[in-house]
Parts: sequence; C-alpha cells; structure tokens
Amino acid sequence: MLEIADLHGFYGESHVLHGVSLEVRRGEVVTLLGRNGAGKTTTMRAIMGILPKRTGAIRFRGAELVGMAPHRIPRLGIGYVPEERGIFASLSVDENLTLPPVVRDGGMTVEQIHALFPNLKGRGATQGTRLSGGEQQMLAIARVLRTGADLILLDEPTEGLAPVIIEQIGVAVRALKERGFTIVLVEQNFRFAATIADRHYVMEAGRVVDMIPNHRLHASMDKLHDYLGV
Amino acid sequence: MFEFLGIPPQALFGQLLLGLINGSFYALLSLGLAVIFGMLNVVNMAHGAFYMIGAFVAWLLLAHAGIGYWWALVLAPLAVGALGLVLERTMLRRLYKVDHLYGLLLTFGLALIFEGAFRHQFGVSGQPYPTPELLRGGSNLGFMVLPVYRGWVVVFSAMVCLGTWFAIERTRLGAYLRAATENPVLVQAFGINVPVMVSLTYGFGVALAGLAGVLAAPIYQVNPLMGSNLIIVVFAVVVIGGMGSILGAIVTGLSLGLLEGLTKLLYPEAANIVVFVIMAVVLVIKPAGLFGRER
Repeated sequence: MLEIADLHGFYGESHVLHGVSLEVRRGEVVTLLGRNGAGKTTTMRAIMGILPKRTGAIRFRGAELVGMAPHRIPRLGIGYVPEERGIFASLSVDENLTLPPVVRDGGMTVEQIHALFPNLKGRGATQGTRLSGGEQQMLAIARVLRTGADLILLDEPTEGLAPVIIEQIGVAVRALKERGFTIVLVEQNFRFAATIADRHYVMEAGRVVDMIPNHRLHASMDKLHDYLGV
Repeated sequence: MFEFLGIPPQALFGQLLLGLINGSFYALLSLGLAVIFGMLNVVNMAHGAFYMIGAFVAWLLLAHAGIGYWWALVLAPLAVGALGLVLERTMLRRLYKVDHLYGLLLTFGLALIFEGAFRHQFGVSGQPYPTPELLRGGSNLGFMVLPVYRGWVVVFSAMVCLGTWFAIERTRLGAYLRAATENPVLVQAFGINVPVMVSLTYGFGVALAGLAGVLAAPIYQVNPLMGSNLIIVVFAVVVIGGMGSILGAIVTGLSLGLLEGLTKLLYPEAANIVVFVIMAVVLVIKPAGLFGRER
C-alpha cells in the first residue's frame, strides 16, 4: 500500500533522512522505532509533504507522493495525527472533529467515533485545547477517522500520557486495525508498540537499519536495547 | 428636553451620529485588516489605498459608464478584491518566509504608488458623488433629523460586519480560516489548499476596504488621499482592539468612533488625538490589545 524507497529529506541545509526504505501492506500496523532524532517523525512529515525538501520515492497505492502538492496527498486517503496533536485552540471540539474534509467514502460516522472514544461524547462545544492531554490525543486520532482515509500515520500517540490513558488509546488503535485501517505508528514506548504492531522498523541516524516482525520481538530484545539505548 | 453635561440634545445626537458613521468606517476597515493580519501576518499598509480605489471605481462607473450606486456597491468591491488577489499572487506571496516588516514595506510602497497614480490622473481636488435617489433626504426621529444615507451606512456596515463575524466564527469555511491562522501546515496536511485560501482571504479583506470606499463616496469627496487620512486612525483602532481579533476590530471601531464624537463635544481640541491617547494607555496596560491574545 505504501512503499518508500531511498528517501532523502532536508531541513534547509541539513540532510536528515539518508535513504529510508520501507513498505507497509494493506491492513498492517507497522511501527517506526528509534531514538530521538533518528528520523521517525521526519519520515512521516516527508510522507505528508510537510518536509520542505525530499528526494527518492514514496508510492501510495501506486501514486508518487514526492513532488505532489501537499494538500493533494491527504486527499488520496492518508490521515495524519501529528506528534504535537495539533488541536486548534480557536475551534470547538466538534469543529476540530469535523475540520478535515471527507476525502473518500467509507469513513466512520461521528456516532461510531464517539463509541470508540466515549470521552469525546457530549464535549462538542468545549474549546479544543481545554480537553485533557489524553482527550486531545483521542480527538487528534478521531479527527482523521471521519475522512475515509485508510492509511493513518500516528506519531507518538502515547507520549506524556498516564498508563490508564495509554491503555485506552491501545484499545482504540486495535479496534481501528480490526476495522481494516492500515497504520504507521511512531513510538518510543515499544511495550505499547508490541501489543499492536505486526512489524517494527528500527531507525537510526536517518536510515532504516532493521526490520523485526512482532513475533520475533522477544527474541530480539538485546538487539533492540542496543538500538534504542534503553 | 434633557441636557447632557450642558450640551443641547441636538448637538449631542448630531455628534454621536457623526461618531457612529466614522466608527462604521473604522470597523469595516479594521475588520479587513484584522482578517488579513490573522491569516497572512501582513500589516496591510495599502488598506487605505484600496478604500480610495473602491470609491474611485464607483465614481468612474458612474461618470463613464452611467452605472449607479447599487451596482457599484457590488462591482467596486469585486474589482478591488480582484486587484488584491493579483497583488497577493504576484508579490505578497514571496514575502511570507521573511520578516513581517517586508510585507509592511511592500504594501506601504503599493499605497504610495496607487495614491500617486490617482493623484496624477485625477488631481487632489476631489470628485463629488451623488447620494443615490432612494437614500436622499432625512427622517425626523423626534430628537433629531437623521439623514437617510447616513443611517443606511451605519446599518449596512453593521450588517456586513456581523455577517463577516458570523462567517468566520460560525461556519465551516470560517473554521478552516481560524484553523489555518493557527497552524497552516497541519490544515494543509488535512487536504485543504491553504495558499488559495490565503489569496482569497487577502482578496476578501481588501474588498471590504473597497466596499467601505463606495459607502464613503457620497459622504466625503472621492479623492486620492481619502484613504491615507483615515488609515492611521484605523491602525490605532486595530492596535487597541488587538491585532487579528475579528470581534475586537468591530467593537473597537464603533466605540472609538462614538468616543471621538463625544470628545468633539466635550473638549473639541482633543478630538483628533483621543484615539491615540487610548492606544497609548491600552499598550501600557494590555499590550496585546483589548480583545487580543498574548502570543
């Protein structure tokens, strides 16, 4: 569904991605693991066309995303949940939820989204940024489910959240997987990642250095500890 | 009849009406500035020139094509908006990545060019524009005689301001605009064509100035410098209301107009500076403006 080959990315003069290659198949949950600064978030930003300069190939359902105008990329059916969550302070919860335009058929209804994230129910008129951190994360995920996007890029959904909230997010992400969403997940917390993902790509210094299927994760613990420095 | 601080009611209401008219223009103009600043981060120094061009388009339509006020009310803002779109696409767009100051300088230069060109073409004496037939005369309200056209200006600009506020704060398109003002990159990553939205916002903001120009034509003379006389006060209004605040622009515009009118009665010598005194006080107490958010 998504193939990235020899992707290079630049922030101004600094070269931050050095030939990233990976592949995500339909219906898979794939994580990008790695230390801070390894290029995980940058890879996501490159997919969405937010990174100002990129070369190489990013193919989504056969369409080449490198060189495509940034507002066209999500219209192919890619939903982006940024690391900083990006809840708009000047919009209510409902306005935040319905902001991204519907780009394809088959998106979830607001009722289905409320069933998935009961915390958001009845909060529609609240200012978006008055929600708790966990609720803002739920809103950031909920927001892209309406649009019909079937590939979702989730950047560190558990960052800074309490274990009980992480649990809730995990339940939701598994529910999304069962609904057939394809998910690329950036995670520092690989215990969380291990409960959801099919495969893990390990990134280091702007490259993918390893791919570990989830069933081999336990056997690869030592290697992983080296990679992540935990 | 009652008196207010020894001022006869005729004079009081007369000045308040004058203040309300000025306030309506302040509100319309500062609203456009606020919308543009919010979205583009450009301090649009050419706003007064667009107001002047709006008035001139109305006058030219009438003088050369026999097209009257009501059509001008539609056509002049469209023409000014289109001019704004072209300028945004060809010039302003290139400046978003550099300091705000460059946008300010560019638009200031544009204002000088427009005003110079119109002065060269039409002189500085000013052209009269007749009040439309339907809005001539006055109506006696009991405590004062209200010239119909002035009443129309107040009511119509209030409607335009409220309509704009509603469109921005209560509609889906407005939600895009507010979101893009906060985080354009993310809004783009949801599939919305932000550069086009930015162009349209600039076009809309300057079209409001053009509309104000048409409204002003029958009251003031149509004159190449009419914008530069007004715009300094309007910038003070925007600073007092808070840069980028929609509601702030509307409320502050109207109330400062009224306050100016009152000052003319109580202490005429201060009428021209009262707005700037208030601006100084507001800047000391609440630098982000009365309705502005600290950034």
